[in-house]
Amino acid sequence: MANMAQAVRMALHFAEENLGVTDIFGEDVGAPLGGAFTCTQGLKTTWNSPLDERGIIGTAMGIAMAGGKPVAEIQFCDYIYNTIDLLKLAGGTHWSSNGQWNLPMVVMTPVGSGIRGSIYHSHSVDATATHLPGWKIVMPSTPLDAYGLMLSACKETNPVMFLIPKALMRMRGAELIPGEPGEDKALSRLIDAPLGDRSKWAAQWPALEDASIPLGQAKTVRSGSQLTVVSYGRTLPLCAHAAETVAADGLDVEVIDLRTLWPYDWEAIKASVEKTGRVLFVNEDTEVTNFGEHLVRRTVDELFFKLLAPPKLLAGKFVPGIGLADPLEAASVPQQGDIEQAMRALIAVQP
Amino acid sequence: MARDAKKMSAPAKAAKSAAKPSAKPPFKALVTHSEELPLEKELLLSMHDTMVKARCLEERLIAMYKTGHGYFWIGGPGEEAFNVPLGLLIKKGQGPAFDFLHFHYRQSATLLAMGEDPTGAIRQMKNTASDPYSGGRNFAGHFSKKEWNVVPVSSPIEVQYAMAPGTALVQKRHGGDGITIVTGGDAGTAEGDFASCLVWASRPRQELPLLIIVTNNRWGISTPYEQVQGVEKISDRGVAFGMKTKTIDGNDPISSYLELKEAMEYVRTERKPYLVEARVSRLYGHSSASGANFTANEADCISQFEARLEKAGMLSAADAKAVRERYSEQFADIARAVKEEPFPDGSTIFDHVFHGEPGRDPLA
Repeated sequence: MANMAQAVRMALHFAEENLGVTDIFGEDVGAPLGGAFTCTQGLKTTWNSPLDERGIIGTAMGIAMAGGKPVAEIQFCDYIYNTIDLLKLAGGTHWSSNGQWNLPMVVMTPVGSGIRGSIYHSHSVDATATHLPGWKIVMPSTPLDAYGLMLSACKETNPVMFLIPKALMRMRGAELIPGEPGEDKALSRLIDAPLGDRSKWAAQWPALEDASIPLGQAKTVRSGSQLTVVSYGRTLPLCAHAAETVAADGLDVEVIDLRTLWPYDWEAIKASVEKTGRVLFVNEDTEVTNFGEHLVRRTVDELFFKLLAPPKLLAGKFVPGIGLADPLEAASVPQQGDIEQAMRALIAVQP
Repeated sequence: MARDAKKMSAPAKAAKSAAKPSAKPPFKALVTHSEELPLEKELLLSMHDTMVKARCLEERLIAMYKTGHGYFWIGGPGEEAFNVPLGLLIKKGQGPAFDFLHFHYRQSATLLAMGEDPTGAIRQMKNTASDPYSGGRNFAGHFSKKEWNVVPVSSPIEVQYAMAPGTALVQKRHGGDGITIVTGGDAGTAEGDFASCLVWASRPRQELPLLIIVTNNRWGISTPYEQVQGVEKISDRGVAFGMKTKTIDGNDPISSYLELKEAMEYVRTERKPYLVEARVSRLYGHSSASGANFTANEADCISQFEARLEKAGMLSAADAKAVRERYSEQFADIARAVKEEPFPDGSTIFDHVFHGEPGRDPLA
């Protein structure tokens, strides 16, 4: 089974062959490295940009304006912050020109903790990204979803930010991407660049299929009756594992993978919360003005009389960064034990 | 010791000097005004006509602001001698075969020289629903016209320099002679995006067909050039990147026309960047925020040009006066009509957030 980096790579291959993607670029995105996380190895439209995030975003906007379809990478989302006004501008261009100009562009960037990335390689950006009207914001938690969501991102005529959880980059999926060989090493032999001299290497792409996943559709990864847990990215599999763990004690938790943060699948959340009466939102961005706070607000506004317990948010601590040492990282962002504890506490609340 | 103490320290001198923003030493003189006028009379009179047209348009917009028919004015009176030739030389059209235009907000004269209907600028000033550039959403001078590759002008003074390499890259790949033209002011070159533009335009063997323009009026709102720029010529910054550069007299329409023509021909044929610094005046201040009043102590490119045309026997003072009166009346009439046009309805705020999707409140 493909890991998420391979899934993104295969989606981009499909997109440059079939969906009109013209430029896949960013720092170290082209040969020989093919991306800091290898997401762009072997692709035909890749190129290495100057080490200049504002230039990367600005150039992507210009390419989109001139009829191209760029996929630009910011090597770590920690370094996207100096482009915020360009991102704001990209999201607002169609609106401010009263519908004249739209920007079909994808910005992909690895996010979050889990690789011991210290202060400047562990940030999350989902709270900031969801403050940018005009963007569609995507964060997969499985390779198959990464593949399908990237295809949809490349079909979009609006800016899409594709957030890739670093912690899941090397996790293998449980489902085959349509067209990939079933054996792990077979896929690696086809599309992973070799160590050493790569000048004569070319990827051998499997016959991939269009397995697009529409943006804005959540996925229920576990059905349950007592509590709804809504998450995405790195914390999603932790929530699923935590749900299995507490099930041993007779607790029945429903887990929803949001997959798209904007526009998000409110109908899926609403239907689940109406069923369970309890909801826990989990993500790892800092908890003050967190995207999950918006979901809590909407839950209170629209579902107050369906609730059996106060809606809760479990998110990253409001600290300037994630410290390198294991105990510091573990204390900064939700871990599986924190999620289990929050699940048990919420189910224990009685109206 | 006591005598030394009376002397002002160097930092104190600098601080005192910096406190006098009106002290604005002139640029070194540029070679311009030749006695002969090396362009056809028809072109010269056409340029004059459009320069006056642009000035009258801006003065009408200012009048609208001052009479409560607009919330904010910003524009380019004083830059007509540069902006009109620029517009005349642009390869106008849609898509990468034509010039892509990343303008800043002082470019109305360029749009008029390209043939734009001035009614649009008046509608934008009045923020009516009929504003063709933003539907009443943006300030005056914030043009956007997809059929001419005029990408939306935005208020940040630097972002266009970061975007321009993208359109130029597509044009380089496309072939032909379409180029990207980006304009900004001298103050905006202090932003990193200007350096980004120089870097991205001049990557070895990947040079871009990009005409990078800086109109240098020696002001950043109220801060004089001398307080922030250590370079005598902004164009010198391009030299470090191996690109062709030139500083020209943007107050001279003839010089501007010839220099821009040469620069554009280079970019169109060589498919490499060229940095032009045009020294211009700013005749009504930065914007309405500083009053939008006429500044008599800067050169007026129109009166200078009229004197030359008159000396050459091409235009009389009466002719010039007639041109000005004609446009002033025309724009007053348009403004009167536009004042009756409706504002956009508040219910439209969700329109065009996303392309291809109907506007709707996502939380409704």
